Amino acid sequence: MSISFLIIAVLIVGGTAAAMSLRNPIHCVLTLSITFAGIAALFLQLGAEFVGLTQIMVYVGAVAILAVFAIMMTQSRRGLMLGTFSRNALVGLLTAVAVFSVLGWAVLSQPAAGVTRAVSPVSVQQIGSSLMHEYVLPLELIGLLLTAALIGAIVIAMDRKEDAE
Amino acid sequence: MTGLQACLLLSSLLFAIGLAGALTRRNAILVLIGIELMLNAANINFIAFWHYGPSTTHITGIMFAIFSISVAAAEAAVGLAIIVAAYRHSHTIDLDSMNSLKG
Amino acid sequence: MTQTLDQVFVIFKHWLLGYVPAPVHGIASAVLSILPVMIVFPLLFAITTLLERKGLGRIQNRLGPNRTGPMGLWQPLADGIKSLTKEDIVPFTADHMVHFLAPVLLVVAAFLAYAVLPVGRNMVLVNLNAGVLFFFAVGSVVELAVFMAGWSSRSKYSMLGAMRAIAQMISYEVPLVLASVVVIMQAGSLSTVDIVERQATYTGIFPHWYVFTPWGFLGFVLFMIAATAESNRSPFDLPEGESEIIAGYYIEYSGFKFALFFLGEYLGMFATSGIAITLFLGGWSAPLSVLTSIPSWAWFFLKLLTLICIFIWVRGTLPRLRMDQLMNFAWEFILPMALFNMIVAGLWHFMHPGAVRWFVCAFLILVPMVVLSALLKRKKKLQLRTYSFAE
Repeated sequence: MSISFLIIAVLIVGGTAAAMSLRNPIHCVLTLSITFAGIAALFLQLGAEFVGLTQIMVYVGAVAILAVFAIMMTQSRRGLMLGTFSRNALVGLLTAVAVFSVLGWAVLSQPAAGVTRAVSPVSVQQIGSSLMHEYVLPLELIGLLLTAALIGAIVIAMDRKEDAE
Repeated sequence: MTGLQACLLLSSLLFAIGLAGALTRRNAILVLIGIELMLNAANINFIAFWHYGPSTTHITGIMFAIFSISVAAAEAAVGLAIIVAAYRHSHTIDLDSMNSLKG
Repeated sequence: MTQTLDQVFVIFKHWLLGYVPAPVHGIASAVLSILPVMIVFPLLFAITTLLERKGLGRIQNRLGPNRTGPMGLWQPLADGIKSLTKEDIVPFTADHMVHFLAPVLLVVAAFLAYAVLPVGRNMVLVNLNAGVLFFFAVGSVVELAVFMAGWSSRSKYSMLGAMRAIAQMISYEVPLVLASVVVIMQAGSLSTVDIVERQATYTGIFPHWYVFTPWGFLGFVLFMIAATAESNRSPFDLPEGESEIIAGYYIEYSGFKFALFFLGEYLGMFATSGIAITLFLGGWSAPLSVLTSIPSWAWFFLKLLTLICIFIWVRGTLPRLRMDQLMNFAWEFILPMALFNMIVAGLWHFMHPGAVRWFVCAFLILVPMVVLSALLKRKKKLQLRTYSFAE
């Protein structure tokens, strides 16, 4: 485990913990962007260049912006005076701790597997050609899914004036 | 602890924190953000297994992660649209107060 | 001789690296590559502020700044001293941490974009396999910085300006990327070095720049329009026009942070022009094969200065677009034209080289352009203006 992995891990876990515990939702989304950037750095370190750059472009550049826009549009005056955590927060926390302990035990109990090799980043040409040959059906389905999501999101969030009367 | 185990522990910690946030926060948008964090944890798992796997010419892990990012973005968009529509109806996004099916 | 002049900076860097002990070789090499970028481009920013004010002044039939030094040459220095010594006022209700970090994030993202720009032959900071994707990914971080600036000031004007700016940047980001996909299709690689090297060959004396093809020319025009909108420059500067919303999302900033926003915006403009030069205008290659004795980095900066002058010229000439006109333009004209451009580029690739494909591709570009502009104008009846209350 190199020092760069430790720094990235601290960044990711710190950003996530801050994102899930801060009071102001906009601060949560901004620390979430730090988490996304940390995850992108981890991808770049593991040699998945295309995925890391796509992570920055999609998550930091689009999902975070979408989240802040939604927070701006749904701000009620009583918002910050309510508590940050719900009434049954303890049960949720215990569930998460249980999940983490089971997963951690599963990871650490196996004999150490995995080949450590030098990082050779995969070329974009390889990704492109496999998208066109082996994964062409998922590619078309993703296009269909994104179109449906686009139209659906617009229809759901559209301001229907006739309902107000 | 090998590199693979470190990556998997990191992703399970991320998953657990995202799950904790999704189960305990009051704001509906922050629950959605917790879900996004869980999806990101799964992506880290895919890329870690690709990197430490038998051969890096099998790029199944990378393809899965790319498709997962696209689906997560689409799901975030639709989820946020639903939250905005719900806010327009009940003027609050406090999940503790949305506890009756009759609107 | 021309070879050494062309590679003079590379040779100088390797000579300097010879004096560095072996363990710190990597870090020293990185620092020696980054330092010129961090010195040259802010210097270019200083020159551009003066050039812009003088140029705009001349277009508007007045002299620009001419008090500080001969022909106003020390004006950038005076501006720098002013911005460094001004009081840094932060509103009382502002979110101090986010208010501080917003210009920092903007400038960091703007500087990061220069990592994949090939300034000359063998003169690129990092030769990433997905260089163009890196550029667009870093460009999308700027939107987050704009939001942080607008929201943290807790002021209605700045929030409104930030929302408008982000809506505009998101709307024009899609045509920006699609206009560059055409070049990636033809070059077959996302690496900026590969794209330039494919354009650096000559038939006779004419180069193989992508701007000299029908799809390349249309792509270049679309890219420049989208780049103008991405950097919030006139005629797309509604989010920051002085007569519209005073200063938009950086109203509440003063002193050095205001200068940092200015710096970030201009650096973004230079980076986008640099990528346009790399993708369409052949990067560091000379326009005619007889002119290759002039060094490659000189050609790059000459082209960059030309594009900056075109930006200043457009700013002084065209009126500002309204917000709804801006968005309609993006979604109903630029985006469909970019998609048609991709079809035309595909046709160009598979047709036999000759005069026929020129005619077919030019025809297939002109028809959608005419149809789409007719559709844009259909809601507006262009008629003589009538005044209801004036006499």
